[in-house]
Amino acid sequence: MTVQEGRAEVGSPRKRSEDARLITGQTRWTDNLAPAGTLHVAFLRSPFAHARITRVDTSEAARSPGVVAVFSGADFADEQGSLPCAWVVTEDMKHPDHPPMAVREVRYVGEPVACVVARDKYAAADALEEIDVDYEPLPPVVDMNEAVADGADLVHEELGTNKSYTWVFENGDIDAALRDAPVVIEREYVQQRLIPSAMEPRSVLCVPEADDFTLYSATQIPHILRLMLATVTGIAEHRIRVVAPDVGGGFGSKLQVYGEEVLALLLARRLGRPVKWTESRSEGNMTVHHGRDQIQRLTLAAERDGRIRGFKVDLLADMGAYLMLVTPGIPLLGAFMFNGIYKMDAYSFTCTGVFTTKTPTDAYRGAGRPEATYAVERIMDELAAELDLDPIEVRRRNWIAHEEFPYDTIAGLTYDSGNYEAATDKALELFQYDKLRAEQAERRERNDPVQLGIGVSTFTEMCGLAPSRVLGSLSYGAGGWEHASVRVLPSGKVEVVTGSSAHGQGHETAWAQITADRLGVPFEDVRVLHGDTAISPRGMDTYGSRSLTVGGVALYAACEKVVDKARKVAAHLLEAAEQDLEFSDGRFSVRGVQQEGKTIQEVVLAAWAAHDLPEGMEPSLDSDATFDPDNFSFPHGTHLCATEVDTETGMVKIRKYVAVDDVGKVVNPLIVEGQVHGGLAQGIAQALFEEAVYDEEGNLTTTTMADYLVPSAADLPEFTTDRTETAATSNPLGVKGVGEAGTIASTPAVVNAVVDALRPFGVKDVPMPCSPERVWRAIRDERKPETAEPGAGGGLGSAGGAQ
Amino acid sequence: MIPAAFDYARPRSVDEAVRALADAGEDAKVLAGGQSLMPLLRLRLAIPDALIDLGRIAALREIRDDGDAVVIGSMATHHQVIRDPLVRAHLPLIARTTETVADPAVRHRGTFGGSLAHADPAGDLPAVALALDAVLLVRSPRGEREIPAAEFFVDWMTSALEPDELLVGVRVPKLGPGWGVHYEKFHRTAQAWAIVGVACAVRRDGDSVAEARVALTNMGPAPVRAGAVEDAVRGRPISDDSFRSAGGHAADGTEPPSDLHGSSEYRSHLATVLTARALAAAAAA
Repeated sequence: MTVQEGRAEVGSPRKRSEDARLITGQTRWTDNLAPAGTLHVAFLRSPFAHARITRVDTSEAARSPGVVAVFSGADFADEQGSLPCAWVVTEDMKHPDHPPMAVREVRYVGEPVACVVARDKYAAADALEEIDVDYEPLPPVVDMNEAVADGADLVHEELGTNKSYTWVFENGDIDAALRDAPVVIEREYVQQRLIPSAMEPRSVLCVPEADDFTLYSATQIPHILRLMLATVTGIAEHRIRVVAPDVGGGFGSKLQVYGEEVLALLLARRLGRPVKWTESRSEGNMTVHHGRDQIQRLTLAAERDGRIRGFKVDLLADMGAYLMLVTPGIPLLGAFMFNGIYKMDAYSFTCTGVFTTKTPTDAYRGAGRPEATYAVERIMDELAAELDLDPIEVRRRNWIAHEEFPYDTIAGLTYDSGNYEAATDKALELFQYDKLRAEQAERRERNDPVQLGIGVSTFTEMCGLAPSRVLGSLSYGAGGWEHASVRVLPSGKVEVVTGSSAHGQGHETAWAQITADRLGVPFEDVRVLHGDTAISPRGMDTYGSRSLTVGGVALYAACEKVVDKARKVAAHLLEAAEQDLEFSDGRFSVRGVQQEGKTIQEVVLAAWAAHDLPEGMEPSLDSDATFDPDNFSFPHGTHLCATEVDTETGMVKIRKYVAVDDVGKVVNPLIVEGQVHGGLAQGIAQALFEEAVYDEEGNLTTTTMADYLVPSAADLPEFTTDRTETAATSNPLGVKGVGEAGTIASTPAVVNAVVDALRPFGVKDVPMPCSPERVWRAIRDERKPETAEPGAGGGLGSAGGAQ
Repeated sequence: MIPAAFDYARPRSVDEAVRALADAGEDAKVLAGGQSLMPLLRLRLAIPDALIDLGRIAALREIRDDGDAVVIGSMATHHQVIRDPLVRAHLPLIARTTETVADPAVRHRGTFGGSLAHADPAGDLPAVALALDAVLLVRSPRGEREIPAAEFFVDWMTSALEPDELLVGVRVPKLGPGWGVHYEKFHRTAQAWAIVGVACAVRRDGDSVAEARVALTNMGPAPVRAGAVEDAVRGRPISDDSFRSAGGHAADGTEPPSDLHGSSEYRSHLATVLTARALAAAAAA
């Protein structure tokens, strides 16, 4: 191989070429698409968390002005099928039917019960109020602990239990570790339920043409969606084309096969007209799948010097009312991560999936790994406090040293590479750790009403989902490969087709950078195509920080194939042996005879004209490649957070945040920076702001942005970000993925900092989100009687941002 | 979300508006900047028969000097209020508080009069109007009426306005020399409503407090004047001790709500801490 390593494109902080279009509104959001004659759909949704449907009367609504048709679940009972769950995690997993539109029973507030199809969306919304539904209320099941207790009210009567499955992993003698270790720490943490808040709401448009259907959807997974729509409806796969136009974010929420997508297809078929549905924000908050929602019971056993002996994890994971695409598998992605970056003798993981009468849960940025990372990073700080050790020191005593890689972890993974020392050293320096510790001591000394806390998170994660054989061993319903094809046009321009489906990640820029380097063509000469099953027929789509580590490597391999073909043609044209050619900066030349050569564009044109090709060569340099990784990739990093906590009001402000991430080789540092910033915002949001709250009747009370607090830039600090670069050894690009790292790392860093600020008060935990009232109550519950009364001294006036 | 159908009128003058409102009957709503009403309409929490849109009545946007008071037209936008030289010079409490309202997009559309007429106890400006003894100027087919702020905010989202009455302006007495002001707003995110807010004006006399006015946001179904605090701090030396002790009365007689962002008990605690801080800041201003 004589291809030279990239000139300038890979590693260059190019501004994203898609952004000008995206931010000036020259986009194709699904809701912007309006073929002639499009009908508009509105859904009537259950106001009850749990009820039997005894009657649905649509006759009045059907007579409303502008209404074309009104349907209840019963009208589609024979053809709507059951929404798919592709991850059967145990042989005896309880897996209830999930009709796209409820027929006999509703099991969460917001579940679709009926729909109106009208000539415009206004008529559809008005007619919804004319549908008459009789419900017979059934008991809601809101609390997971109550749901698994004997005699609990059941979400699905026919299952006889609210437990979907119990999944166990054990390695080493956990009982011995817990029995023999001198230090045993037990904690219970709650991962609150979160609502993924993509900027673009869900939207779907289905256009019928005779027996064929084109379904446009704001989805992360056009390829999987196409297969699943075919499976659910029985419409043949080759009759369905799925297009993901510009998609404005997903964070996992659009890694789903939604009932509204299935019904759009069925309505288009039944009515023979294009139909469109776009959710409102408050509708979306109720019905987009939610994330997290676990109760974690943790037991950590350690020696007095801080070395971990064993870690026992017992989870209850809220599935919500039904199992959706990968619902049951999400907490199990965490099973391999609760050990973090640490060595230990024994590990035990048990997870029980629990049905409740709430919106189903599924993947949300990080998906299982933030929950695991939170647990281990929080309890490492508790161990440090228990042993009166610095939290950095207790981690040093346990982490895998850089010379120990590749390392087989207690959870059964092989970490291929990493350097926790380097990332931590860099973070400590940027943070000015010792200086802040000194300030903390000084504030404690003078009983400052505003205390300083420092939180540590030395995280890793598994991404690049995923080796297909591993997915198979976990009973996942599909593989984890990714596909790319490179089409070289006669003019020398290049079209790259990727099976990964961008929805904000910047593929169009990064993929062009890789291609420009590998083929030696200008960046501007590359166009990246994706998100349409007619253009990109093979793909596994975008989630799990997989695009670059799997799809990018497929592209790399496809480019190599193009160069190999071009080399044959060039050798023929130059009348030289292939092995005597070198390829550099887009030009083939005979080694030692630089003046004789052919540019790749000349070779492309010659291949297309086909006037004089080598024997047996097809007249095209186009190439395809599929990459299936041997292993996951393991980004890691050290995040440090300093919070100021107003002990009189409970207000938390982030004073300083340092993130040093090791995501391996970087294609575009600006995109990496953006991913880290966005991830930090989402992780901090879990720590301080966001929570989906249900009342006792099972009503979601956080349906609007006034109640579900998504922080804005004004609420977040300035981030100090940096990187170390330890190449992944499991792929030729050395890349690891960066889509989820910030979210995974930051939540425990922030909560550790809040708790650290309050250690002098005896506080050991503050439940998430650490709202001012929760912080205040944590202090008040522990406060010694002699401490000072609230004062007029300067505190923290408002929301959690930096100064 | 899509509002239910309604009739719509866009009068060009105050007279026309008063007539339109009277003609529309009991179930009409007046549309000012729309920053509170539009979400209610879209969520179908409000389903009025008719909307009277004041957006084209330029006269209602005027802010003018009225001797010892400033009259702010009911349709003056928050953005306009913040930048207005008369407001900045004579009513700095209004200017500063308005700067904390929501975000720039909302402040460019939302109006001073609209946020008072909406009478949301979590809104910032009702407490300020109360602290400054503002007078609300009202027109109806029956003529003009003046309502003191202390009588205007009746209950949760309920003002003293009759269905046919239109808020046309607010007369706010100027604070003379010697006054310092502060609005202490406590909220979880920059764009969120106040969990508790304290509007405060303090007149200094040498080293002591001659007079203070304190009103609280979101400590009950309507904004409340903290009379016990005002009494407790009058004549006291300017010191953290005085303010802490006076602030301790902030929750006296209040009925703070419990909601997702804070319990009643927590709000009562916050009011005492924030009031002490507001007094200190106003006295130092």
